[in-house]
Amino acid sequence: MRIFKSKTRESESGSRNPGNRSNRSILHISYAVTGLFAAMIVYFLYFVFVGSQNVIGSTYNPRTDSFAERIVRGPIMSSDGYVLSETVRDENGNESRVYPQGELFCHLTGYTSRGKTGMESFGNFYLLSSHINLIEQLENDLRGEKSPGDSIYLTASYELQKVASEALGDRRGAVIAMEPATGRILCMVSKPGFDPNTIAEDWEEINSSGKDEGRLLNRALQGAYPPGSTFKIFTALEYIKEHPEDYEDFRFVCTGEYRDSEGNTISCYGGEAHGEQGLYEAFANSCNGAFAEIGGELDPESMTGLLEKLLFNSKLPIDMPYTQSRYALSSSDTEFLKALTAIGQGNTLVSPGHMLLVTSAIANDGVLMRPEFIQRVESAGGETVKTFREKEYGRLLKGEDAERLGEMMRLVVTEGTGSAFRDAPYEAYVKTGSAEYENGEKTHAWCLSFVKPDSESGSSGIAVAVTVEDGVSGGRTAAPVARAVTDAWYQSAKN
Amino acid sequence: MISIYIEISKYLIIIIMALYTFCNFRYFSAAGIDAKEEYCIIQRRTVYLLQLVSYSVIFLNTGDLRVAVFFLAQAAFVFIWLKLCALIYRNISKLLLNNICVLLSLGLIMLTRLDLGEAMRQFVIICVSAGLTLCIPAIIDRVWGIMSWSYIYIGVGLILLVSVLLTGSVTYGAKMELTVAGISFQPSEFVKLSFVFFAASMLGHSVEFKNIVLTSAIAALHVIILIACRDLGTALIFFMAYVAILYIATGKKIYVVLGGLMFSGAAVAAYTIFSHVRSRVEAWLDPWSDISNKGYQIAHSLFAIGTGGFLGMGLMQGMPEKIPIVEKDFIFSALSEEMGAAVALCVILICLGCFLQMMTIAAYMDMSFYKLVAVGLGFEYIVQVFLTIGGVIKFIPSTGVTLPFMSYGGSSILSSFILFMTVEGLYIIKKNEDEEFGEEPSDEDI
Repeated sequence: MRIFKSKTRESESGSRNPGNRSNRSILHISYAVTGLFAAMIVYFLYFVFVGSQNVIGSTYNPRTDSFAERIVRGPIMSSDGYVLSETVRDENGNESRVYPQGELFCHLTGYTSRGKTGMESFGNFYLLSSHINLIEQLENDLRGEKSPGDSIYLTASYELQKVASEALGDRRGAVIAMEPATGRILCMVSKPGFDPNTIAEDWEEINSSGKDEGRLLNRALQGAYPPGSTFKIFTALEYIKEHPEDYEDFRFVCTGEYRDSEGNTISCYGGEAHGEQGLYEAFANSCNGAFAEIGGELDPESMTGLLEKLLFNSKLPIDMPYTQSRYALSSSDTEFLKALTAIGQGNTLVSPGHMLLVTSAIANDGVLMRPEFIQRVESAGGETVKTFREKEYGRLLKGEDAERLGEMMRLVVTEGTGSAFRDAPYEAYVKTGSAEYENGEKTHAWCLSFVKPDSESGSSGIAVAVTVEDGVSGGRTAAPVARAVTDAWYQSAKN
Repeated sequence: MISIYIEISKYLIIIIMALYTFCNFRYFSAAGIDAKEEYCIIQRRTVYLLQLVSYSVIFLNTGDLRVAVFFLAQAAFVFIWLKLCALIYRNISKLLLNNICVLLSLGLIMLTRLDLGEAMRQFVIICVSAGLTLCIPAIIDRVWGIMSWSYIYIGVGLILLVSVLLTGSVTYGAKMELTVAGISFQPSEFVKLSFVFFAASMLGHSVEFKNIVLTSAIAALHVIILIACRDLGTALIFFMAYVAILYIATGKKIYVVLGGLMFSGAAVAAYTIFSHVRSRVEAWLDPWSDISNKGYQIAHSLFAIGTGGFLGMGLMQGMPEKIPIVEKDFIFSALSEEMGAAVALCVILICLGCFLQMMTIAAYMDMSFYKLVAVGLGFEYIVQVFLTIGGVIKFIPSTGVTLPFMSYGGSSILSSFILFMTVEGLYIIKKNEDEEFGEEPSDEDI
């Protein structure tokens, strides 16, 4: 461009002509502005082509609903090809949303008749977009017919969901599993559930039934439970952090009952006396006394910092409604509360989903992958429209810390409370928990477990979090559920 | 049939706008006046075509006969106005005029689609403004006094700003409007112009250090009053324009550095002092966590742009009315939703093209005053475009300024017309001079 070529002529007016120099300055500011606009254009196009995908599906976006006038809502499929949700039309053209699996996937798929929830909400935009070819689309437009929407393939499989649901049985609680290396959510069960087919008719009843029933509540992500002994993962981690050189020298003699300086007592599960315990044994046996002792001497500020890095009191990278885990302890709190908190009985509340993320990070050398619920979007013609690639969320733990926690969790299986996994054909890593509530009269049973990827059997690894409300103990009530899910995963990988 | 036409029209509009924008940039590299003239003629035709296609779609959707009449009126306006300009000023820049027409047309199309009544009011304002500003190039060309009226510019500017500060009404947290004899207007839109004239006449006269200090102090006074009115977007436009003028006048980078430092300091101070600045920055960083309140506007703007995608939803097929104050600050989002990011991109490029042409004109002006006026006005224009578009696409925090020629609002339209016609005046001065001195204009034509 010749546009800035300057012309100097002896100025005939009284003012001085700044001439070439100022024209160079004009050139500079023109470049600067053009550069700024180039950056803005790149940002704009990036948003239109990439960034908007995560934005426009929001339930706050009023536009998606108007798509339903032109498009038949697409189906939601399980990863193994079962229809979880589809729109059927009767001869009069009336549409209704049908859930062939009844209650089985209720919290995962959600529903559409009383507002949208679950994947019906999160995947709304995809379900109401059509990627059949243009000619077909034009043809439908001409005939005034709706075009078929795209289908969503979930990362969860029907088979695993069924195993998890059956293992949990009629008990209240949640089972959620994820592939640590990819972040794919493999199953997510919460009980009691509801039938999404009849949600509109049952609405009054569901909402008026007993408060603790909470059938619409997705316990896997929205449940808030005391973590019980599963919290010892964090206590042990902090202890190692504060005693990097000599944590292996830790010794505690367990008499079955721990008494602090003010005379408050904490007893081990069933009053069992574990005898002399190192850190690893105490973790494997879930010795409350040993961890209460540790809790008393940990630095609360440092502990809070550690936990916040592990996603306590903060947002989780989950694209569904969830409850944030809560933790609060300061130096001014009583010794007894510190001890209780260290064994997961203080004011701490966690969701099974959060504990699953921590477990997955341990399984994956400390790195957390972003949990994904959708694997891919397919057009009605069977062509893949969009694939959800695995994304790293970030490092939660140092590699060596993840390794140490792995060793401890392995010990839980070989020597401690994770005996349910002892005869498994694979190497499992477990932490159980029995969280008391209602003044210790009742117990929520916890089990966190994982299996590492195994190239020999072709199994890609799985992390499972199980919570059973009002159970006997983590080892006896929750661990068998986690075992059943892990077994099924292992089997399917072998076949 | 109608649905096919609507679908096809979407692509037609994109092609039309792409062609227009292409001509806009080809113009600069075209050799010779005839080739340039050719591109201008193509541009003019695409403007009519754009209006025809757009209004036929709106008409088919609404069945409102007034839309058809409105289309004819607009086409007639473009025809008559361009003819008048060319008749009165032989040497006027047709490219800038075309750009005004295409931006006005796009704005009016979106306004018609949102609210026909508002669009018609806007159209009346456009006609009046276009008529009134026809004389501006002549004034710029003939009245030599404009170079030395610095005290008049200062007086008018400061009086207007102070009266807004004392008696102005508050809209969206900022004092911007003044009502005189039942007509409310935004004085800052006009002070924008007097501000540039003041700075250009002071610094065009002398760049001695004493004079720079005095000019900067008066400029700062303008900006401070605007900040006191909480009209921070406009304050920023004034500030940037002044820094640009000062840099061009002195050629010293130190002023740009100083300006940058002052801007950073002021930004931090504004963030700490003003709660509405804080909430806008928060809405910019994360509109989603407070989507029903602070983040509402920007979230809905992003919904509109994102759902529209690159090709757009098609005219009348989107929901731009869901965005708050869509006809003013967020007209760009509405356009992007329905005509597509492709057309929105063309708008960005056209605006940038206007700026680059103003800078070209600045480079060609011999007299310091004219040069500085061109730079100042060009900067005010492009900074305003940047703040508006950057704000609605979440590139920067939103500042609540309007998009020249496209947003609804009388003051904005009139002041944009004055701004562009002033630049036209400079262009005409230069071209007339070239002819007088018998230079061959063809090869070095601007």
